[in-house]
Parts: sequence; structure tokens; C-alpha cells
Amino acid sequence: MINTAVELAGIKLKNPVLTASGTFGYGHEYAKYFDLSRLGALVVKTLTLEPRKGNPPPRIAETPCGMLNAVGLENPGAAYFVREILPDLKQYPVPLIVSIAGCSVDEYATMARLMTAAGSIDALEVNISCPNVKAGGIAFGTVPEMAAEVIRAVRLNTDLPVIAKLTPNVTDIAGIAVVVVEAGADAVSLINTVTGMVIDIERRRPVLANQVGGLSGPAVRPIAVRAVWQVYRAVKVPIIGMGGIMEGRDALEFMLAGAQAVAVGTANLVNPTAADDVVRGIEEYLESHGISDVNELVGAAHGKGE
Amino acid sequence: MSFIVDAEITHNRKVAEGCYNLTFRAPEITGSAQPGQFVHLRCGPTLDPLLRRPLGIQGVKREQELVQVLYQIVGKGTRLLTAFEPGGRVNVLGPLGRGFTLPAGARRAALIAGGLGIAPLCFLYEELAEQGIAVEVFHGVRSAGQVSAHDLIPDGRVLMASDDGSLGYHGSVVKMFEDHIGLETFDFFFATGPSPMLRALGKLAEQHNLPGQVSLEERMGCGIGACLCCNCRTKDKDEDGWRYSRVCADGPVFPVEEVVWP
Ligand SMILES: Cc1cc2nc3c(=O)[nH]c(=O)nc-3n(C[C@H](O)[C@H](O)[C@H](O)COP(=O)(O)OP(=O)(O)OC[C@H]3O[C@@H](n4cnc5c(N)ncnc54)[C@H](O)[C@@H]3O)c2cc1C
Ligand SMILES: Cc1cc2nc3c(=O)[nH]c(=O)nc-3n(C[C@H](O)[C@H](O)[C@H](O)COP(=O)(O)O)c2cc1C
Ligand code: FES
Repeated sequence: MINTAVELAGIKLKNPVLTASGTFGYGHEYAKYFDLSRLGALVVKTLTLEPRKGNPPPRIAETPCGMLNAVGLENPGAAYFVREILPDLKQYPVPLIVSIAGCSVDEYATMARLMTAAGSIDALEVNISCPNVKAGGIAFGTVPEMAAEVIRAVRLNTDLPVIAKLTPNVTDIAGIAVVVVEAGADAVSLINTVTGMVIDIERRRPVLANQVGGLSGPAVRPIAVRAVWQVYRAVKVPIIGMGGIMEGRDALEFMLAGAQAVAVGTANLVNPTAADDVVRGIEEYLESHGISDVNELVGAAHGKGE
Repeated sequence: MSFIVDAEITHNRKVAEGCYNLTFRAPEITGSAQPGQFVHLRCGPTLDPLLRRPLGIQGVKREQELVQVLYQIVGKGTRLLTAFEPGGRVNVLGPLGRGFTLPAGARRAALIAGGLGIAPLCFLYEELAEQGIAVEVFHGVRSAGQVSAHDLIPDGRVLMASDDGSLGYHGSVVKMFEDHIGLETFDFFFATGPSPMLRALGKLAEQHNLPGQVSLEERMGCGIGACLCCNCRTKDKDEDGWRYSRVCADGPVFPVEEVVWP
């Protein structure tokens, strides 16, 4: 009997495969293609206090083995989510992780309170890649003090496990991980998208209406694996690794680098059953390599006593 | 309901310069496909290009379980499609999106297409003809030699327009249609094509109070309504008067009066 179950900040997951926020909607679009209870956990699109329209089109540009997106956190807002979407999500027998964001520390705190009060949510993922309006739009997650302040505010307003989602657009991602853990994060997830741009040489303008966007997909995978490796050496809390996971073998790279769990993102856009395929790929690897427990792989690439 | 199918390719033939007809067997798709819906194709097993490509359904042959699409080479993805050979497989997700709907009581319809926008209108033409609705087709192309409604709908009433005057009316298909609405009356129109053409048609429809539906295009990610990458503006009751809709799931077909043109 092979064990694929992992524990993440006190939540028991039947396997280490999650969905990456923003690439899986609120779940039901994908329920038509596979049984969502196959997932370790469901992570939904980031929510903010008020509804947001997001950026004008075009919001997407393809790049070699990747894509840029500038959706701009379009979402229906916290109240609508709790009233209209959450009751529906409860039907899926799978742990639910809600991603929250804000343009101020107060908004993060309010979101944490509202989502905790809503019930039936297993953990909060805090998307700290958002611009801080008071600090002239610098992303919270790029300045250690600002990142810590957000996590502290969320920690004070919830008893749910808090997962800090880190941006790779920093010089020292391990340093950010250390301060958010000190501020109370029970786990960290990484990486969010890598900032980038594509220019249309005929129009001589950026392709995206927002000009810059976030790069994701296989093109970013080595950046993400390296980030997980560094963060694993810097903090003790569990890591959720993501960035370009298309199949089981990609997920295993992340686990070997130190991720306790993984999330499938852009691959869902290419193939609606991608997350399920990753679950199966991990199972097959364990079987074919005679490994009885997936937890044995976590961090194994670091070797012993190094 | 939509499906992921590794469909067997039966044809992949050049039908005009840079333009191909791809046919594949997919009973899951022929079973429920409606005119105006699209399929989302992988261009091959490689990671570059990564994303699927949306193509409108040109027609289905239900008895033979065949789906037809018509595509134009514009970039890497569509160029890769040309390498597909009969007997091989293409990974298809579909049918997707909301197609055309026929308003009750419509007796005379105009179908207006720009370029390869004619493809999904071929499928619609068949359905309308079956229901005994009188249809006139207005099709605009760049010049003679491109795929034309004359060839695709040989038994239909077709008027062609070309940008260079080498085929039919010299000028835009919207202008040709405008000249016509003085001569004939239509209860309804259905239109597909590039966005500048649809925008011009939208303005015309507003001036003449013409009801109709338009099929919009936007770059897509998932194609199933989850990633929010394919947004377009539609009218709404909120203070701004508009909201973003998803071309892939709320469309691609929208009532013309609901679209807020860029
Ligand atoms: C609902 C829908 C139905 C469509 N039906 C057809 C059809 O029946 N026949 C057909 O030939 N084409 C159709 N298209 C357009 C087709 O999807 C694009 O031409 C194709 O994706 C381009 O891929 P590429 O890799 O060859 O080009 P790329 O190298 O990706 O891009 C080349 C150029 O094509 C344009 N483009 C790229 N992706 C899209 C896209 N998803 N939608 C619109 N433009 C795009 C861009 O402006 C870009 O400059 C449809 C698009 C949509 C959204
Ligand atoms: C279309 C799209 C939308 C996204 N939206 C969000 C979001 O709302 N919140 C968030 O934390 N991350 C968001 N992300 C980032 C992903 O969750 C993930 O961190 C990143 O894409 C890297 O993983 P991937 O390469 O597997 O996609 C989005 C990514 C994409 C492609
Ligand atoms: S392409 Fe993903 S929502 Fe339309």
C-alpha cells in the first residue's frame, strides 16, 4: 500500500496536489472533466473585499513554453463569494483553500475575518503580490516589512492555517519566507508569476493592455524549483511548490527540492484534467520506484547532513 | 457538456492560399455541437506553443461523426496544424461556448461574414435552411482567390464583397449590407469576423434598430470560463454601465445590443 497523504499546516490532504489560485476558477468549470475529490485540495481564485473588474483585454499573451497574464484580480468580491459560490463549493469532498488579497493591510485583515466567519474553509492563502496603494503601488510581497505586516494582520484575524504566497520578483525569496514565518505564516506557497512583457513588433506596442504581465508555465519551472530549494533551507514550515508543473515528473522535482505539496496552474488551461494527471503521475512514480510513502521524497534532493 | 477527445484526423487539405480544411472524427462533439460554438485544439504534443487554439465549427456530419473546421495560417500554432495528416490524432476540447440562437418568429435572416468568419456561418446556414428560414449571405474577403461563401454554400443566395474589387462589390461587407437593408428587410442578422468589421456593423445595427447576434474573438487561455483571460465588455446595470464577460463561456456569440464596442 502506497501512502500519498501529506499534512499541510494541520490539514490532512489525501495527496500533495493542489490547484494554483486563478487557474481553476472556483472549481465547478473543472468538475465537468474530473472528480474534484481526486485533488489534495482546491485553491480558488483570489478574492478581494469589493468586486473587481480587472484589466482590459488583451489579458493574455503566449510566450515560448509559457504565457503572460494580466487579469488584474477580477473577482466578484467577498460578499458574493460567501453568498453565491461557497455554498456550492461545499458539495465537493475536498479541502478548500481560499486565496485573499487587498490594497491595504486593513483590507487583508477584514478579508481574513470575513472568510473565517464564513465557515467551511480549511485554510487561507494570502496573495501578497498585490500593490500596496499607500506605498505607491509597490507589491506587499517585495518588501520584507510590508509582507510581514500583512501576514501579522491576517494571523490576528483568523484561527485558520495561514499560507503566505510569495512572489519571485525579489532578490532574496528565502529572506521574505523567513519574515512571513516569523509573522505567523503556517506554510508558504511559491512561486507566483514572474513579471514580464511581450511587444508586438507590427503595432510597436506591448501586447497586453496592461503592458506588463505575469509569466507562468514550463518556462518558469527552473526559477520555481530553485526558489523552493532555497526556501526549504531557510524555514521549517511546509512549502507548496508551483510553477510550470505539467505532469507528475515536474511535481516530483518540486517535492525533491523540498515542497510538501504542489500546485498545478497554467497546465489546467492547456488540459482541464491536468491536476488529476499529476496525481496519477506521482502515484506511478512511487509504484515504479518502490517508494511506500510520498513524504520520503520531500527535500530528498538536498541529501543527508549537507 | 464538452469533452476532451483524441480525435482521428480524416482530412487536412489546403482549400485556398494559406487556408486549410481540417476534419476529424469525434462523436462526443457531433452529438451536441451547435452553430456558433467552437473547438479548442492542441497544435501538437509539444510545449511550444503551449496553449490551445480556438476554431469555430464549420460543420458536423452527424452520421459519420465528423467535425469540420476551416483555419488560416497566421502564426506558429496554425502553421503546425498544417502538418497534421489523415490517420493521425488531434487533441480537441469541445464543443465550447454559447452558439447562435434563433429568435422566435424570424422568417428572413442575413448572415454577414468577414474572411474566415464564414466558417461558423456555414453550420448556421444549414440549420436555418432546415427550419425553412430565408437566408441571404453577405461575405467580405480581401480579394478573389480566397475562400468564398460561393464555394462553401453553393446552393445559397450569396453576395460577395472584396476590399480590392476583384470579386463582387468593391468595398467592405458592412457597406454592402447597408446598401441592401434599403432594398430588402431582414428580421434578424448573424455576424462573424474581425472586430473592426463587427464594430462597424454594431453601429449600423443601432442606427437602423436591427436585431442580431455577433460572434466575438479574443485571445484565449482555458476556453472553459475559468481563467478570465478572454474578456470583452458587455452592458450591465451597474454604475459604469458595463461589465466584463468571458468570450469563451458567456459567448462567443452575444446579442449585438449587449456589446460595448472598444
Ligand atoms: C471563438 C473563436 C473562433 C475562431 N474561429 C476561427 C476559425 O474558424 N478559423 C480561423 O482561422 N481562426 C479562428 N479564430 C482565430 C484563431 O484562433 C487564431 O487565428 C489562432 O489562435 C492563431 O494562432 P497562431 O498560433 O497561428 O497565431 P499566433 O502566433 O498565436 O498569433 C498570431 C496572431 O493571431 C492573433 N491571435 C492569436 N490568438 C488568437 C485568438 N485566440 N483569437 C484571435 N486572434 C488570435 C494575434 O493577434 C496574433 O497577432 C477564432 C478565434 C476565436 C476566439
Ligand atoms: C491566468 C492566471 C491567473 C492567475 N491568478 C492568480 C490569482 O488570482 N492569485 C494568485 O495568487 N495567483 C494567481 N496566478 C498565479 C498562479 O497561481 C501560479 O502561482 C503561477 O501561475 C505559477 O504556476 P504555473 O506556472 O503552474 O501556472 C494566476 C496565474 C495565471 C496563469
Ligand atoms: S479563455 Fe479562460 S475564461 Fe475564457
